[in-house]
Amino acid sequence: MRGGLWQLGQSITRRLAQADKKTIGRRCFASEADLKKTVLYDFHVVNGGKMVPFAGWSMPIQYKDSIMDSTINCRENGSLFDVSHMCGLSLKGKDTIPFLEQLVIADVAALAPGTGTLTVFTNEKGGAIDDSVVTKVTNDHIYLVVNAGCRDKDLAHIEEHMKFFKSKGGDVSWHIHDERSLLALQGPLAAPVLQYLTKDNLSQMYFGEFRILDINGAPCFLTRTGYTGEDGFEISVPSENAVDLAKAILEKSEGKVRLTGLGARDSLRLEAGLCLYGNDMEQHITPVEAGLTWAIGKRRRGEGGFLGAEVILKQIEEGPKIRRVGFISSGPPPRSHSEIQNSNGQSIGEITSGGFSPCLKKNIAMGYVKSGNHKAGTNVKIVIRGKSYDGAVTKMPFVPTKYYKP
Amino acid sequence: MALRMWASSTANALKVSSTVSRTNFSPAFSISRCFSTVLEGLKYASSHEWVKPEGSMATVGITDHAQDHLGEVVFVDLPEAGTSVSHGSSFGAVESVKATSDINSPISGEIVEVNTKLTETPGLVNSSPYEDGWMIKVKPSNPSELESLMGAKEYTKLCDEEEVH
Repeated sequence: MRGGLWQLGQSITRRLAQADKKTIGRRCFASEADLKKTVLYDFHVVNGGKMVPFAGWSMPIQYKDSIMDSTINCRENGSLFDVSHMCGLSLKGKDTIPFLEQLVIADVAALAPGTGTLTVFTNEKGGAIDDSVVTKVTNDHIYLVVNAGCRDKDLAHIEEHMKFFKSKGGDVSWHIHDERSLLALQGPLAAPVLQYLTKDNLSQMYFGEFRILDINGAPCFLTRTGYTGEDGFEISVPSENAVDLAKAILEKSEGKVRLTGLGARDSLRLEAGLCLYGNDMEQHITPVEAGLTWAIGKRRRGEGGFLGAEVILKQIEEGPKIRRVGFISSGPPPRSHSEIQNSNGQSIGEITSGGFSPCLKKNIAMGYVKSGNHKAGTNVKIVIRGKSYDGAVTKMPFVPTKYYKP
Repeated sequence: MALRMWASSTANALKVSSTVSRTNFSPAFSISRCFSTVLEGLKYASSHEWVKPEGSMATVGITDHAQDHLGEVVFVDLPEAGTSVSHGSSFGAVESVKATSDINSPISGEIVEVNTKLTETPGLVNSSPYEDGWMIKVKPSNPSELESLMGAKEYTKLCDEEEVH
């Protein structure tokens, strides 16, 4: 009988705590006092943020607006999120690209400077350690952002491989951007509002592109990306300028861009069909099973050369045994771990995320089913509290994405 | 169990979590808390359900305070008439955009009627928690259980404590 974002945050934290127990004995379940705070913490509280523990941080789950209203407002006007709990990282050195390509599935070499892509860090078995947006700033500088809940294990993983790489004479080093904060500005008003605060022409900057520029008088890393399916930006700003920038964005939007918490962020990403690491993607799930084969660069499919490549390339060839798909269903909203059955009542998989879509006003969910049951339109039953309800496999995104593309 | 789960965890999570916030924010919460209605004449469970005894029947629902914390209710999962419920155990669930919460019965007995309007219009739980948003009518098998429940004054105090905590 559990569900919802709070439990989700807890279960991720707990799962990570268990996973890391062997290597990091000191990690324990965080009490409120141990929670980390972003530099915007007081700003959230003053603005009515309801703070909850999330991946070791105290973060706003919502403000005064309901999750329903916040979700809809993001798509109609805009949302400002504090995502400073996520970990920004720069890798530098002339061998940065070959180094990173050992760990991720993306064709990093082929990225044009100033562009980025979604990628996955894999383990030896081809499972996902984390998903991440990687940006090639220059040929010897990569900027990436990893999940808060995965920070420790990601950094340990990168560090271990970096030590070995350097011992063989490779030139790569890292800088963790703990001096910076991260804001996500999403929705149709994101670009017009941000344009008030910078001289750079944002109409020339497309989805996936990256720039270092002045915003509201502070040197920022700007990526045209997000986690809502809307057009928008993630802004890495020096922490001492973060509160001023948040205030300026809200003010320039004349109150239309609203502070938005993790609750609506979860609804938005689910409507956009995007994975939440820890729910929809885990250590034992490969990028192919997760429907992210598109993120494996063409050259990389030929050459491999990343952890777990043998498993992953074989799956591409033979097809994965399970696949992540979307569902629309009747009855109560499915939540993670709800069983999925075929029309004969046989178990074919499990829901990994689900909820009521504020924009579509119906239940949406994603989960994994055995291949063969994955075609859009396939009727399924979803079991919730012992009762089975009708559902159908549905193409994702549930709500059309509005990325700014040329 | 789960409205309690909600009370002890999700709602805990919804609470402002540091001394900084507490000093800044408890006045605003007190004000909003005062607008959360607690009706005289009803009995309340610590897991945020109410019971209204009417002759040989009793009506059960969730409180204004509960619906306010859950946010928009999108689905109400209720049992069928004729089934029995027991004091303190779950008989259904409320789904909000935020989370799933079980609903506990404050009294034992047989369900004689279920509010079928909630199937089509679950939002009645938000707009009218004590009237149109009622959930089940029960024929109590052990009316003395009512005495173990809270009155309006006691329940208001519980809500206040939960907010400040």
